[in-house]
Amino acid sequence: MPEVRLGDLLVSLYDLFGWGLSEIGLNPSAVSILQKLVAAFILTNFCLLTPLLTIWLERKVSARFQDRLGPNRVGPFGLFQGFADIVKLITKEDITPAGADKTVFNIGPVIAVASVVGIWAVIPFTSTMVGTDINVGILYSVAVGAIGTLAIMMGGWASNNKYALLGSFRTVAQLVSYEVPMIIALLIPTLLAGSMSMNTIVQEQQVWFVVAAPIAALLFLISSIAEVGRAPFDLLEAESEIVAGFHVEYTGMKFGVWMLAEFLHAFTICALTAVVFLGGWRGPWVDQYPLLGVVYFLIKTYFVSMIMLWIRVTVPRVRIDQMNDLNWKFLVPLSLVALVVTALVDKSIPVDFSIGSRSLILFLANMLIVVATLFVLRRVSRKEQAAQSELQAEVNSV
Amino acid sequence: MIPLAWYLTFAAALFCLGLYAVLARQNAVAILMGIELMLNAVIVNLIAFWRYNEPENVSGQAFAIIVFAVAAAEAAVGLALIISIYRRRETVMAEEIDMMKW
Amino acid sequence: MTASQIFFILFASATLVAAYLVVTVRNLIHAALWLVASLLGIASIFVMLDASFMATVEVVLYIGAIAILIVFAVMLTRRVMEDVGPQRINTWWFGAILATLFFVSASALIWLTKWPTLPEGDVGNTVLILGKSLVDPSKYVVPFEIASVLLIVALIGSIAVALPSKQPE
Repeated sequence: MPEVRLGDLLVSLYDLFGWGLSEIGLNPSAVSILQKLVAAFILTNFCLLTPLLTIWLERKVSARFQDRLGPNRVGPFGLFQGFADIVKLITKEDITPAGADKTVFNIGPVIAVASVVGIWAVIPFTSTMVGTDINVGILYSVAVGAIGTLAIMMGGWASNNKYALLGSFRTVAQLVSYEVPMIIALLIPTLLAGSMSMNTIVQEQQVWFVVAAPIAALLFLISSIAEVGRAPFDLLEAESEIVAGFHVEYTGMKFGVWMLAEFLHAFTICALTAVVFLGGWRGPWVDQYPLLGVVYFLIKTYFVSMIMLWIRVTVPRVRIDQMNDLNWKFLVPLSLVALVVTALVDKSIPVDFSIGSRSLILFLANMLIVVATLFVLRRVSRKEQAAQSELQAEVNSV
Repeated sequence: MIPLAWYLTFAAALFCLGLYAVLARQNAVAILMGIELMLNAVIVNLIAFWRYNEPENVSGQAFAIIVFAVAAAEAAVGLALIISIYRRRETVMAEEIDMMKW
Repeated sequence: MTASQIFFILFASATLVAAYLVVTVRNLIHAALWLVASLLGIASIFVMLDASFMATVEVVLYIGAIAILIVFAVMLTRRVMEDVGPQRINTWWFGAILATLFFVSASALIWLTKWPTLPEGDVGNTVLILGKSLVDPSKYVVPFEIASVLLIVALIGSIAVALPSKQPE
């Protein structure tokens, strides 16, 4: 009698369901298809319900940052505020603007949500609880995320509104350009793990990749905040400039669906960061009790989510030229340098080094890049300051 | 078990739809879309041949990657040309862009 | 007829319908969106061919980049695109005849030829083999490098072409 593993509980429950079906005489392939459908149903519902919690957390925490109380009326600690909001959104009037392209207008938010939910298919909760472990997992997550850009385009264009269209243009400029450092940053863990499959990447992280590749982790976090369009990169819906951007014409639950897509995307990015850089489901005793992996994974995800929230409530919105400068003049060159240095150093370390010393050497190499970057930044900023003061002197003399 | 001929017929149909778009559409952007369809049909052919001959020999996929690069370059340059023409002539209709120089 | 054949027919016909709409729809934004749909269909065909890397690249590159580029171009030249005049040239029938002829002759050739059947067994980790052979000097490193040079040239060239000219016109 093998020891009882708590972690296999869900898996065996799931198998039990499969047995039940084959008992009544269904053929095995139909059973496996049904099992996959059920898994997809559970996963999707997990995805669609999580934002209720994250939105509550976000409002509560950002309220504390701003010395407020946050939602506290509906339910204990205002936990059910999300449900109240849903009821409000559903009972609102559903308006389609005149001259709007109705089909595209309605499909837009659906595609936005679908593209985000698609990413969860490759995110491993534990070594066995993963939707599908394809060997191009990381690339898949980027690819599916890119469809979200198209959804925003569709929504903005179909609204037949100048501000919505402007919002779409900004979205494309921002999302397409920030994809570059994001993909390069993801290449570094791929290179270290030697695979693009999410599960292999987690298994290779005896030492978390955030140690071996801190620059890549930081780059990924920054560019993915831009990718989901949250503050400080929320130019696509800058209230003071273009009203609400691409979703200005959406009302009621359609607006709610956009919000759902946005929050879910932010949460998904946190989960991706946790998987790729923070070791995913790895943690103490995870070998004995695989179910603990889910707990570790969620703790790490919420930790990243808190960092994102911290950035969101403390950093002001960047201007559009600053947004482009930051990407093309800073993030892209830095990511390329980090990639080349990581590849060279990783190749030149002798094979018989332990995983710990390997990570340490890579960490030191990364720190060298950081120091060099700071030197370059200091020179640039001094030059700019000199130019500024010269300009000021000229103005004063006039 | 899908016969290779199915994939090839599918690719041929896709290619012909693209060909029709290139020959018959008036708008330069639509013509570009037709070219993209044709390139995709070619890629489908390459991948199908790769799968049905020797999967260990990845020349089909390598060739497909080169075609992807060419497609990206072609789309970028083509759309830049279209935007430039639109800026000068206020038109993107292929029939009206018939001078060698302006 | 096996399940995979049914799936193939489903995906292929969806792709072809979408592609047909790309070439016939008047509204160009709709045409671009149908292009996205048909490219997704092609990606699913790649999945059926066990080329998962190609399928994801198709989505990243075509839907993430090229389709968005096209939509962008259509929006930038909006005034002309909204003109719902005839979207095809006068001699469109010539193109239609030519395309049909090509299809008929190509499919005749396809169905008259004897093709190899599907090799037995799994394809293995093609991503690994592909990655190694793309940087292998005895294999495809030269075409790979040339493709990257081509991309750089296209990048610089398209910026140079699309920049507004400095001289007043």
